[in-house]
Amino acid sequence: MNFDELFGNFPTLTITGLEQGAIYALVALGYTLVYGVLRLINFAHSEVFMVGTFATLWTWQFLGYDQNSAAPAFGPLLVAIIAGLLVAAAASALTAVTVELVAYRPLRRRNAPPLAFLITAIGASFVLAESFGIGTERAPFGMPTLIPQETLFTVFGAGVTNLQMLILGITLVMMVGLDQFVNRSRLGRGIRAVAQDADTAALMGVNKNRVILLVFVLGGIMAGVGALLWDVRYGFTKFNIGFLLGLKAFAAAVLGGIGNLRGALLGGLLLGLAENYAAGLFGGEWKDFTGFVLLIVLLMFRPTGLLGESLGRARA
Amino acid sequence: MTATVNDKRSAGIRTRWAAMPKQVRWVAVAALIVFLYVLPNKWFYEYLGFPIGSKYFALYTTSSDFAGVLFDTSVFVLLAVGLNVVVGFAGLLDLGYFGFYALGAYTVALLTSPESRFGTNWPWLAAVPLAVMVAMISGVILGGPTLRLRGDYLAIVTLGFAEMIRLYAARQDGLLQGQRGIPAIPHPPGTGSDGKPLFGVADSKPYYWLMLTLILVVLVLIRNLANSRVGRAWVAIREDEDAAEIMGVPTFKYKLWAFAIGAAVAGLTGAIFAGKQTFINSDQFVLESSILVLAAVILGGAGNIKGAIVGGAITWYLPEWLRGAGDLVGVEFNASEYRILIFGLVVIVMMIFRPQGIVPNRRRAAEIEDRRKEAVPQETVPNE
Repeated sequence: MNFDELFGNFPTLTITGLEQGAIYALVALGYTLVYGVLRLINFAHSEVFMVGTFATLWTWQFLGYDQNSAAPAFGPLLVAIIAGLLVAAAASALTAVTVELVAYRPLRRRNAPPLAFLITAIGASFVLAESFGIGTERAPFGMPTLIPQETLFTVFGAGVTNLQMLILGITLVMMVGLDQFVNRSRLGRGIRAVAQDADTAALMGVNKNRVILLVFVLGGIMAGVGALLWDVRYGFTKFNIGFLLGLKAFAAAVLGGIGNLRGALLGGLLLGLAENYAAGLFGGEWKDFTGFVLLIVLLMFRPTGLLGESLGRARA
Repeated sequence: MTATVNDKRSAGIRTRWAAMPKQVRWVAVAALIVFLYVLPNKWFYEYLGFPIGSKYFALYTTSSDFAGVLFDTSVFVLLAVGLNVVVGFAGLLDLGYFGFYALGAYTVALLTSPESRFGTNWPWLAAVPLAVMVAMISGVILGGPTLRLRGDYLAIVTLGFAEMIRLYAARQDGLLQGQRGIPAIPHPPGTGSDGKPLFGVADSKPYYWLMLTLILVVLVLIRNLANSRVGRAWVAIREDEDAAEIMGVPTFKYKLWAFAIGAAVAGLTGAIFAGKQTFINSDQFVLESSILVLAAVILGGAGNIKGAIVGGAITWYLPEWLRGAGDLVGVEFNASEYRILIFGLVVIVMMIFRPQGIVPNRRRAAEIEDRRKEAVPQETVPNE
C-alpha cells in the first residue's frame, strides 16, 4: 500500500485514468449496444477493435508515414487523422457486420439456444484474431508518431497533454452523437423498440434484421474510433491486443449497466480511474487485475450495474 | 436436413448397440480398453504388420513421440470430460477452465518442488489431493457470487479469472516465478521390476497409462453422477432453469456442484501434468488451451461423455497425426500453427449445422431440434 504515491500523484492519475477510460468506454459501447438488442455478449467485438487498429496503421502507411517520419504540419495531420478515423470506423463496422451475417444470423434463424451464440462468438473472435496473427506473423507493429506530446496546461500540478485533450474530446463528441442518434432519430427509435420487445416491434413494422445490422454498424464505428485513439495513445498494435482490452471494456459495460449507453461511458471512465488509482496504491503490475475484481464485487452487490437501465427503457 | 439423417443413423447404431447381449457389450468395451492400453507399445504395431518408420498411414504419429502425443491427448480428454460436466450437463459456459488446471499444476509445483518458496518438499502423491481440493474450493469461491446471475456473466467472469491467474503467473517476482517457472517437481512414486523408477523422464508411456486409468475412474464416477438425482437436476436446469426452480430443484446448489466437480477434474489433470513435466511456467497456461478444451466438448457433443472423449482426441491427436501424415505425402503441414484458426471455423460451422456435436447427447439434440421447430419463420431474438 503506497498512499504517498496515490495522493501525491492524484491529479495525474486522474487525468491518465480518464484518458484510458475514454478508450474503454468507446469499446464498451459496442458490447452494450449488441447486448441491449440481442442479449448476447459479442466476444468478437474485441477483434472488431483490433481490426480498427490495423486499419489505422495501414491507412497511415498508405499516406506515407512510418515510424521514422517527422510529425506532419497541421493540414496533413488533420487529413491523416480524419482518413484514419474514416477507414478504421469503416473497417471495424464491416468486420462487425460480417460476423453478424456469417455467424449470428443463421443461428437466429434456427432459434439456437443462447449457449450456441456465445460459443459462436468465441469462435468468431478466435478466427479473426488468429487470421490476423498468422497474416502479421504475430509481430507487434509500431505506429508513426503523428502528434508529438506536449503539455497544454496544468491542473492541480498535473500536466494535461494535447493527446489527452484529443482523446477525451473525440470520445465525448462520439458519445453525444450516438446518444442523440439512439434517442432522437427514427432509426434510433427502431433500435430502442427492438431492445424493448423484439416480437412486438416486428409486428409494428420495424425491420428487425435491419435494426440488428445497424446496431453492429454503430458498435463497429465506435470501436474503430476507439482503435484510432488507442493507436495514437499507445503507439503500437498486435493481433491479440483486443483480448485484454475487450475484457476490460466488457467489465466497463457491466459496471455502468449493460445495455445502457450512458452507463458504458460512466463505466469506462470509472474503470480507467480505478485502474490508475489501484496502480498508484498497489503498484503498476496490479493494474490489470482491478477490472476483474471490480467486476466480481459489483456483480455480487449490484448485478444490474451502476445505472442499471436497459437500452429499451431509455426515454425518447 | 443432413443433421436429422445423421441423427437417425447414429440412433440406429445406438439401438443396435443397446440390443446386443450384455456379455458382447462388456467384451467390446474391455477390448477397446485393452487396445487403448497397448496403443503406445512398439511391438503392437510390429505385431500388426506396421513396423515403426515404414511408409504407412498408421495410427502413430511419425513426426513426434507417439507416447507423448498420447499423454497430451489423454490430458485433453480428461479436461474435456470435466468441462463436459459444466458445459454439457449443467449448460454453464465456463471459459476459464484452464485456470483450474493451472491451479492444480501450480499447487503441486509449490508444495513439492525444492525450488518453490514454500519449501515444504512434499512428495508428489501427497500434493495431488490438495491440488484437487484447491481447484474445487476456488471453483466454489468463484461460482458462489456468479452462478446466481445470468448465465452469460459466468462466461466473462471465468474468462477474467483464468486471465488473472495467467497474469499473476507471468510475474517474475511473484510466487509462481513467471517464465522462469518452478522446476524440479518430483515424478509420481513407484519402482518397476527392474529397480528403475516407474515414472521416468524419457518414457511417456507410464504417464499415459496413469492418465488412462484416471480417465476410466473419473468416467465411472461422472457417469454414475449423471444417471443419479444430481444428473437429472442438471438436465432440468439446462433445459429450463426457471421451470426447474419452480419444480423444487435447488438450482444454485446443483450449478455450484457442477462447477466444483468440473474444477476438481481440471485440478487433478493439472496435478498429473505437473508430475510428468517436472517444470511448469506461465507459458504453459495460455487462453488458447481453454478454448481448445471448449472446442473439444462442443465438437464431440456436449452432454455426452463419449462425445467429450472423441472431441478431446480430435483436438489434440488429429493435428499431430496430420503433421506426420503430411510428411509421408510430402506436404509441409504445420497444424499447430493453424490449429486455433481451424477449430474456430469448425466451431462456427458446427453451431450452425450440427449444434449437437459429432456424438450427440440424444436428449440435448432433441432440445435443439425442438427449438428449431419453434423458430418463427422470421427470426427471433435469442432470449434467456
